Amino acid sequence: MADLKLTDIKKAYGNVTILHGVDLAITDGEFVVFVGPSGCGKSTLLRIIAGLEQVSGGDIRIDGQSVTNVPASDRGLAMVFQSYALYPHMSVYKNMAFALENMGLGRSEVDKRVRRAADMLQLTAYLDRKPRALSGGQRQRVAIGRAIVRDPKIFLFDEPLSNLDAELRVATRKELAALHAEIGGTMIYVTHDQVEAMTLADRIVVLRAGVIEQVGTPLEVYNHPANLFVAGFIGSPRMNLFPARVADAGGVAVGSEMRPIILPSTGHAVVGTDITLGARPEHIDVVGEDQADIVITLDLVEQLGGETYLYGSTPGLPQLTVRQHGQAAYDRNQRLGLRLKRDALHLFDADGSAIRIR
Amino acid sequence: MLRGATRIIDWPMEGLQRLIGERRMPYVFLLPNLAFFGVFVFVPISINFLYSVTGGPALFPAERPFVGAGQYAYLFDCGSFVDPSSCREDHFWRGVSNTLRFTAFQVVAMVLLSLLTAIVLNMKIRGRGFFRAVYFFPVLLSPVVVALIWKWILQRDGLLNAGITGLGGDKILFLSEPGWAMFWIIFVSVWAHMGFYTLILLAGLQAIPADIYEAAEMDATPRWRVFWRLTLPLLWPNLIVVIVLALIRAVQTFDEVFVLTGGGPGTSTLMVVQYIYETAFSNQVQNFGLAAAASVVLGIVLFALTLAQLAFSQRKSS
Amino acid sequence: MKIAQLLTARRDASHRHWTDIAAYAYLLLGVVLMFGPVLWLVLSSFKTQAGLLEFPPSLLPMSQKEISVAGYPQPLPLFTVTMEDGTTRQLAQVRRVGIQSQMVDPDNPSQQYRVAIDKRVPVREFSLATENYTEPLARFAFPRFLANSVFVTVVATLITLLINSMAAYALSIYEFKGKNAAMLMVIGTLMIPITIILVPVYLVVTKLGLVNSLWAVILPGAATPTGVFLLRQYMLTLPRDLIEAARMDKASEWQIYWRIVMPLTLPALAVLAIFSIMWRWNEFLWPLAVLTKTEVYTLQIGLNAFQGELQTQWQYLLAMTVMTLTPVAIVFVFLQRFITTGIANTGMK
Repeated sequence: MADLKLTDIKKAYGNVTILHGVDLAITDGEFVVFVGPSGCGKSTLLRIIAGLEQVSGGDIRIDGQSVTNVPASDRGLAMVFQSYALYPHMSVYKNMAFALENMGLGRSEVDKRVRRAADMLQLTAYLDRKPRALSGGQRQRVAIGRAIVRDPKIFLFDEPLSNLDAELRVATRKELAALHAEIGGTMIYVTHDQVEAMTLADRIVVLRAGVIEQVGTPLEVYNHPANLFVAGFIGSPRMNLFPARVADAGGVAVGSEMRPIILPSTGHAVVGTDITLGARPEHIDVVGEDQADIVITLDLVEQLGGETYLYGSTPGLPQLTVRQHGQAAYDRNQRLGLRLKRDALHLFDADGSAIRIR
Repeated sequence: MLRGATRIIDWPMEGLQRLIGERRMPYVFLLPNLAFFGVFVFVPISINFLYSVTGGPALFPAERPFVGAGQYAYLFDCGSFVDPSSCREDHFWRGVSNTLRFTAFQVVAMVLLSLLTAIVLNMKIRGRGFFRAVYFFPVLLSPVVVALIWKWILQRDGLLNAGITGLGGDKILFLSEPGWAMFWIIFVSVWAHMGFYTLILLAGLQAIPADIYEAAEMDATPRWRVFWRLTLPLLWPNLIVVIVLALIRAVQTFDEVFVLTGGGPGTSTLMVVQYIYETAFSNQVQNFGLAAAASVVLGIVLFALTLAQLAFSQRKSS
Repeated sequence: MKIAQLLTARRDASHRHWTDIAAYAYLLLGVVLMFGPVLWLVLSSFKTQAGLLEFPPSLLPMSQKEISVAGYPQPLPLFTVTMEDGTTRQLAQVRRVGIQSQMVDPDNPSQQYRVAIDKRVPVREFSLATENYTEPLARFAFPRFLANSVFVTVVATLITLLINSMAAYALSIYEFKGKNAAMLMVIGTLMIPITIILVPVYLVVTKLGLVNSLWAVILPGAATPTGVFLLRQYMLTLPRDLIEAARMDKASEWQIYWRIVMPLTLPALAVLAIFSIMWRWNEFLWPLAVLTKTEVYTLQIGLNAFQGELQTQWQYLLAMTVMTLTPVAIVFVFLQRFITTGIANTGMK
């Protein structure tokens, strides 16, 4: 277990810059998730931490020691790969023992550690099997087991669940959370799946184009997205974003069809400037047209059983999404009045940065 | 046990890695191979040029007097290049002329026969694996074995002469008559190596998608037309490889011929490589300079052929 | 499968085409031409010296039947004799005197006959002259040659596998300065067959003091560009994650090579091993140049020397030829499919 400090990490391949100076501190025992769209640099950042890639600039410290120029094999970290990277010619036992043998541990210590990890991951019955004789979920657990036995300073996970089917993914996600609760190591986890990020993380790091957009607990990121990108990226379905203008103190005008919305505060926004108003789909209520901020025509209704998604449009605005609890009977082309929840709205200035209003 | 044995090499290599760092390890892995290439290929290539411009019987280049292009001049000192006997070094030119004749006939026969065999083996016939094995088997035999097998059949009281006398003919001394000897070394080398080229062509044929043939069948295309308009053009890249490889190997022919005829009768099946070998190593001659000059000439020819092959395979892959 | 069935079997009988029949005819001719000579060699190698001198030769190894007759210490040769009354009977020959032969009835040894030699025909039986095989092993240096060939083949193949796989590993797994130059050097050597650097390699070997040592045969061909290419091509297909996982598992670069990459490259190593065995077992020109003492001859060189010395003793030469080709034939029978796909995929030989 250890803490990690990244200072101004830069990475470029020739003319292409992948990371533009990343600063991040991760404390001991923390579960941190790097999330972002593909190509944002999250995997590169993880591999730089691992030592599998060299930085173009910046410093990496583990427990205060700089490891920037230490090769991967000497950093004392363990990694679970997206492909699992199990050694196909070795049994499950050998796969887990390999690193321990490299560390020069005695046979009995190796055996003790492997059996403990196997027990924890319910792999004891499969120790003599080769990876190809295992199911996807079992392989996944072997990959995790291979990391656990090392008792590494930091666990690194590179999209470890993306090769599993949906059901197994949910189950393994829960196991991972339980595992972190049990062994409590520092863990860094890369994913493009925001559900994994929200459910697993102590803190989420949102990356885009080699830059950290926001760092925070899952609910901080969800409730107070730092900018338009994070607002759009975190939350499913996506937050509705409307072009708007600050009408006067406490009021925001959206489009031409919409009445001005009176907010408790518009923060530091200057009257008359263009801003963006954000409302998550669950923060929009269906109301009678007389109380409505906006009236839309329904384009599509998705019934998920437990909840219902409504997609509607109105001239001059992008299509918007409304999430309703339970099942609701709506028809296509039906007119629907909508009202935004005043206490849950988000404002973003012309640069896309969030305007603090709560 | 094995673990213990590999540990012995593990430790020094790990120590080395600790010493020079992980990023310099690739050079360590590359070193043995490049050392071998260096000592047994690159150094010899440069020495070969040294030999070819020096004279005398000494083996070590430092003890050999410089003669400039003298060896080459001697080699190319000919009254007429179409008549080997008009050359001072007539054996070399005999070798060149024999090698050219051998190559011309052998490559044509080789390509045609292996193409025919590959096409037949690619037909939907029973026992294809067996027949393929039959044609391939001689490829694995050593040249000495191949030569002895045929020497036994072609000898005066051999199987072939038994057949000929059985049909009322007279015995023929196949390996003692210049014309027959040339015919048989071509025959034997085609016999021994055909399977290899057949296999390359067969792989090419099998890479042609079956639906192309099915489409042709739907169009009621006659078989000969399928061959000329579909099979041959699609097989062309493999065919080029086969032709160039066969050329490269034919020009270097030595082993089977040396054992089968020893270059004889007289010099009628003497090949260039045998000339080089005998000029350098036979006890009567031992002329390293001349042998080196001849091998430089051969090397240039092979280099050109190899470049042609690389160019063709490059075009094939792009 | 019956031959007739094999010949008439077709994918569908409705489209009989003359080319199908021609194809089978061609293939059968091929079987005779390709296998026939080898079969003839094997059959001949079991004939006695007398059997080999027969013309026209018999197909199978035959020798005259001999029979023990009471009262004669040695077995006597058996003949079919046409008697004066026109009947034929089998008699054993005691001795021959001029054109007369003194014969005895094996069933009744006291009864002797004098027979003109043109009235008797030897009784022949199938018999294998195995002494053709056992005698060279005892009388000539054949076992020595065999041991030399085995040594050269095994050691050279091991060295080839080790150093070529190391180079292939460096050239497939790493990015480093000079990688392209190294690749070019490897490609360059593809163009330099030993035939054109015979003399200078001989000099190098002399300088190293290796003339007339088996190492002179083993070392020069140990680094083969084809081997490097074959292995590199295969290693490039290994998932990069595996190497990185091993690195994360604290494995040294040597351990990654030896414990991860090598076991996973086994199929390609096997192909290279088979090729190397074939090359080394059959190699001729270079050993011929560099080995001049009988003690260090390999099988091929020894066989070539024998064929000069034993012109009149074909029975030994043929038997030794068969012994030389047997290991290759065995390898072929078991690994035929492996070898042919290897060649088809790599285009090397």
